[in-house]
Order: sequence, then C-alpha cells, then structure tokens
Amino acid sequence: MTSETLVLSMILFGIGAAGFVARRNAIVVLMCLELMLNAANLAFIDFSRQHMNMTGHIYVFMIMTVAAAEAAVALAIVVRIFRARKAVNLDEINLMKG
Amino acid sequence: MIQAIFFYIFAASAVVMALVVVSARNPIYSAAALIGCLLSVACIFVLQSAHLLALLQVLVYAGAIMVLVLFVLMLLNLSRDELGRRRITVRRVTGVYLVGALVTLMTIRFTKHLWAPAVSLEPGFGTIEEVGKILYTKYLLPFEMVSLLLLAAIIGAVVLTRKEKGDGR
Repeated sequence: MTSETLVLSMILFGIGAAGFVARRNAIVVLMCLELMLNAANLAFIDFSRQHMNMTGHIYVFMIMTVAAAEAAVALAIVVRIFRARKAVNLDEINLMKG
Repeated sequence: MIQAIFFYIFAASAVVMALVVVSARNPIYSAAALIGCLLSVACIFVLQSAHLLALLQVLVYAGAIMVLVLFVLMLLNLSRDELGRRRITVRRVTGVYLVGALVTLMTIRFTKHLWAPAVSLEPGFGTIEEVGKILYTKYLLPFEMVSLLLLAAIIGAVVLTRKEKGDGR
C-alpha cells in the first residue's frame, strides 16, 4: 500500500493541475489548488510511513496551516474583485495586463 | 488484505470526487465534491496510520476551509451567465494533455515498486501524543512561526474585505 498511495497522490495532483489550467472560475481554481496541496500531503504521509519518520506529519501540519491562510486571503481577494468588477472569471480580471 | 480493499474503495471515491470537482459547472457542486474527496483522503490517512492528521483533515480542511469557500460561493451567488459556458479551447486541451502526460510518466515510475512489503511501525506512530511530542520540542520554532502566518492571514483578510469610507456601497 506504499506506492499505490503515491500513484493515487499523483492522480489527484494531476486532476487538480488539469482543473487549475482548464477552469476559469476563480473559486474553482482555488479549490483545484486545495486538491493539489492535498495530494502533496498524501505523498508526505506515505513517505513518512515508508521511512518510519514522523517529520512528514509535521510537514503536512504546516501545509494545512498554509492552505488555510491561503484560502482566507485568496477568498478575501475574490470577494474584493467581485465587488469592484462584478466578475469571478479569471479571463475578465485583466487589470494588470501589460 | 482488508486494508487493501478499503484503500481501493477510498482511493476510487477520492478520484471520482476529484473529477467532479474539476468538471462540475456549478461551483457549489465542486465544493461539495471537494469535501467528499478530502474525507476520502482522510480515510486513507487513517490507513497510513496518520491518525492525528486524519482528524485535522476533517476538522480543518473539510470543516473550516470548505465552509469558508461555501460561504463565499453563496455570498457571491453567481448567476447562470456568470458561470460561463463549457467551451473547448486550445489552451484547455494543451493543458490537460500536458498534465496527463506528466501523470502517466510519474505513475509508471511509481508502479515499479507496486506491492512493496509493508514496513512494521512502532506502536504510537502518528498518534496525537507522538506527533505532539515532536511538534512541541523539535519543531517548536516552525510551529510558532506558523501561528504568526495565521495572524497575518487573518489581518490581511479583514483589511482586504473591509469597506472603505465613502465607498458608496
């Protein structure tokens, strides 16, 4: 059950990355980001078990915290942009485009 | 054996839920599917004897973060036009193709070690007590830094969403 978990982690990461590229709704893109972070967590847990070392668990703990912080700030930005421009589609948010 | 069966059940449900997340047109369905995916992954954490993290996954990820996402989704209350139409663009096809290629290559690399014998773990691996011990001794400084990060995120979120004076809304 070791490298099966790695394969699962890879598949979840791939689905998240594909969604990140393909979707244009800002909130769905954020959710795909969470999916990718979660896949990374799964890989950390698996390596941690393989090497019988709990440092991986600490890493996962930190990643979860960072994901929470990221979600809070990113959603605040989305709300802000929606208030100003009435759009959550990333193609329409091109204020900083050169 | 029974562990392998459960692993495949939860793995299949995680993958299906993840596919729904990226393909559902309504973001509410995406969020619901993501909660399901995170719960399935939490079950796999338990199978990997990461008990504390499975707990945190349910509480923090599926609980707090996804509730925040759902709140924002319902706050914005997107109409049908704003959700956009399902189109197949060159960028989408290229992106999905590249990601698919990457995943296939990595999966082939990983499956070389399929069915490696499971290592025997010492009792207490991944429990709250053991993880807590190293979290508060060896990794105390990163732990404190992460609390600063959370504080910064809270302040940032409040400042960003605050209405300015004379904003007119």
